[in-house]
Amino acid sequence: MQQTEIYDKLTNIFRDTFDDPDLVIGPQLTADDVDGWDSLYHIRLMLSVQEAFKIKFSALEIGQLKNVGDLANLIELRST
Amino acid sequence: MTDIVASLGWLPRPEANFADQCRDMLDTPGELGRRLQRLASFALAETQLAQLAKQVERARSASLPLDPLVPFRLGLVSNATTDFIRPALIATALRHGISLECVAAPFGQVVQEALSPDSTIRRAEPDAVLVAVDFHGLPLRTAPGDAAAAEAVVGAALDHLESAWEAFNRNLKAGCIVQTIARPVDPCFGSLDLSQPGTLRNIVDTLNRAIAAHAAKTDDILLDVACLAETVGLDQWQSPIEWNLAKLPFANKFVPIYAEHVCRLIAAMKGKSRRCLVLDLDNTLWSGVIGDDGLEGIIIGQGDPTGEAHLSVQQAAMGLRDRGIVLAVSSKNDDATARLPFQQHPEMLLREEHIAVFQANWRDKAENIRAIASELSLGLDAFVFLDDNPAERDLVRRLLPEVAVPELPPDPSLYARTLMASGYFEAVTFSAEDRARADFYRDNARRVTLQKQSGDLEGFLRSLQMIISFRPFDEIGRGRIAQLINKSNQFNLTTRRYSETEVRDAAADPDCFTLQVGLSDIYGDNGMISVIICRRDGRIWHIDTWLMSCRVLGRGVERAILQEILAHAPRHAIDTLIGAYRPTARNGMVSEHYAGLGFEPLAQRQDGATLWRLDVAGKPPEVIPMEVRRSGFAVPTAA
Repeated sequence: MQQTEIYDKLTNIFRDTFDDPDLVIGPQLTADDVDGWDSLYHIRLMLSVQEAFKIKFSALEIGQLKNVGDLANLIELRST
Repeated sequence: MTDIVASLGWLPRPEANFADQCRDMLDTPGELGRRLQRLASFALAETQLAQLAKQVERARSASLPLDPLVPFRLGLVSNATTDFIRPALIATALRHGISLECVAAPFGQVVQEALSPDSTIRRAEPDAVLVAVDFHGLPLRTAPGDAAAAEAVVGAALDHLESAWEAFNRNLKAGCIVQTIARPVDPCFGSLDLSQPGTLRNIVDTLNRAIAAHAAKTDDILLDVACLAETVGLDQWQSPIEWNLAKLPFANKFVPIYAEHVCRLIAAMKGKSRRCLVLDLDNTLWSGVIGDDGLEGIIIGQGDPTGEAHLSVQQAAMGLRDRGIVLAVSSKNDDATARLPFQQHPEMLLREEHIAVFQANWRDKAENIRAIASELSLGLDAFVFLDDNPAERDLVRRLLPEVAVPELPPDPSLYARTLMASGYFEAVTFSAEDRARADFYRDNARRVTLQKQSGDLEGFLRSLQMIISFRPFDEIGRGRIAQLINKSNQFNLTTRRYSETEVRDAAADPDCFTLQVGLSDIYGDNGMISVIICRRDGRIWHIDTWLMSCRVLGRGVERAILQEILAHAPRHAIDTLIGAYRPTARNGMVSEHYAGLGFEPLAQRQDGATLWRLDVAGKPPEVIPMEVRRSGFAVPTAA
C-alpha cells in the first residue's frame, strides 16, 4: 500500500475519531498537536486503524509510536 | 458468515455524510428530539455514537428542549473503563426515544459508590444504576474438582455483587441493572470443564444462574451480557489486548450492540417496547406472489430451503404471539386471494385466527398501518413492520417514522434471525396477562376501513429517482414479453394470452402500437414491468393488452404509461382510446383502472366486461414523479 493511500485513509479515521472535519495530518503530527488525543483516545484510534486496515498491532508497538509518520510506516510494513 | 447481531443488521446503514448531519444538528431549530432520534436509528459505529452523544450534551448544556424524548438518568459503575460506553449509551438511547443522562462513577469504584453518601452516583439520584462488572472485577479463583471450594468462590463473588446492588437499592430510590458475566475463553481441561466443579466455566455458569435468580426475586433488571457475548462469539468479545492496553471490559467494536441491549431494557422499563407485528405476505411469509402464482405456486413449508426459510418467519411470528405480541397483516392483494394460503395451504403455520387485523388491498401500506393502529387502539410507536420489499420499508419509514421497520438481508433464511435480533419486543417482566394478550383480540382477521391518505406520497415517489423506459416490441424483449403476457393475472386488464409468434406478428403489424416498459429506481433495475398492445380501428386505438407487475404498484407508473400512449397517438392520427376491462377470478384490482385514469364509461357487456373511452386531446400532460426515456421508435416523439 502506498503512503499517499495510507495517509488518505488515516485522515478519515482521524477526523472521525476526533470529530474534526478539518483535521490535517502529516508525518510529524503528535498527540500533543490534537485536541482530545489522550492516552485513552490513542487506544481507540489504534483500534480503528487496525479495523480499517485489517491489520494487528501488539501492545508494545502501540506504545512505541511517536508520531503519525511512525504509524504510517508500521501500517505500510504490516500490510505488505 | 452471518453477522446480524454485532453489526445491528436490522438497522439501515448510516448515510455517508453522517458526521456533517451530526454537527449541523443544533444549527437548525425545532424538532431536535425527533431529528436526534432519526439520526440514531441507523447502525452506528462506536465513533459515530460518540459524535451524536456530543450533540446531545451540547443541546443539554444549552437547555434546548428534547421532547418528545423521555428523560432518564442512569448511573454507571464498573470495574473497567467505561469512557466509550457512556457516550454510546447516550446516543443509543435516542434510538429508543429516551433522552439519557449518564453519570459514570470513577474507574473501579463499585461498592464504594454504593456505600458512600456523597459519591458521584448517590448525589446524582439516578433512575437506575447499571452495575457493569465483568470477570476481571470478581474474585474468581479456580479450584478444579473441589466442589466445596467452588461453592465458596461463587458465594464470595455473589456477596461482592449483592453488597453493591443492595446498597444502591437501599440508599437510592433506584433499582439496579445487573449483568451476567461473560465467561473467559481459556479452558482448564477442555470439554471436561463443564462437568468438573471449580473450573472457571463451571463457576461462571453457577454464578450467572445465581445472578438471574437475584433479578427474578427483586425489582432489579437483568442484562444478560453472557448471552450477548456468546451470541457474537466469546473469542471476539474477550479481548486481552484491549483489556491490557486500556482496561476495556470487552472488545470495543461491541460497544454499539452492548449499548443497544442496555437501552432496550431502559426503553422497556419506560413502557416503550413494541406490541404489534405487521406482516407483509408475498415473499415475506411465503415465497412467490399468491395473486400470480396461486396456491400451488407459492413456496412454504418443509422440504425446500426457501419454503423452510419462510416457515421460520412464521415460527418467529407465532413465538411472539405466544408471548402476547399482536399479529396483523398488511398486503397488496385482493382480500380473498390473500386469505387463501391461511385457509387452505396445508404447510402454513399461521392461520386467520392468529391474525388480529388483516388488511389486504391495493392502497399504500402506511395508510393500512394507521388503520390497524386505530383499530387496535395502539400508538404507532407500538408497531413493527416486516416487509421484504425495500420500497415499502422506505415508504413506511418516511411516512410513519414512529413505526419500527427492520432492514432485511437478501436471503429469507435470515429474516427470522434479523427480526428477533432487533429486540423490538424486549420485555423486563412477563405475566400470565401478557401471555393472554394476543387472545384478547377475539374478533380475529378482521378488516378495517381506511382513513385518509397519509403524508407526502409524491415527495416519496420522487425520492425513488425512478427512470421509466419505453420501447416498442423488439427481438430482444420478445421472450420476456410473451412470458409476462402468459403469466400476469392480477394487474391484467384483458388477460389475453399470446404466443411468441403472435408477439412477433404484433410487432410487425403497422396497425399495432406496442410498448415494453422498464423501470429502475434507487433500489435497482426492476426489468420489464409492463406490456401494452393497441390495435387501430380508423382513428381509434383499442387497448388490447395492458398488464403490469404488481411490484411497482402505487408508483404512478400507470399514469406515465397513459401519458406515453397519448404522446404517440397524434403521430398515428389517433384521436380516441378505448380500453376494456375483462373480469377474471384474479384481476379484480384493476376493475376501476380506466376510471382512475380519467376514462369515461362507454358500455358494459353481458359477460361483465366494461369499455372505457378517452379523447386524446382531452387529457393534458401532467407532472409524473419519474424520468422518461424512450428508444426504438420510428419517429421521435415530443414529450
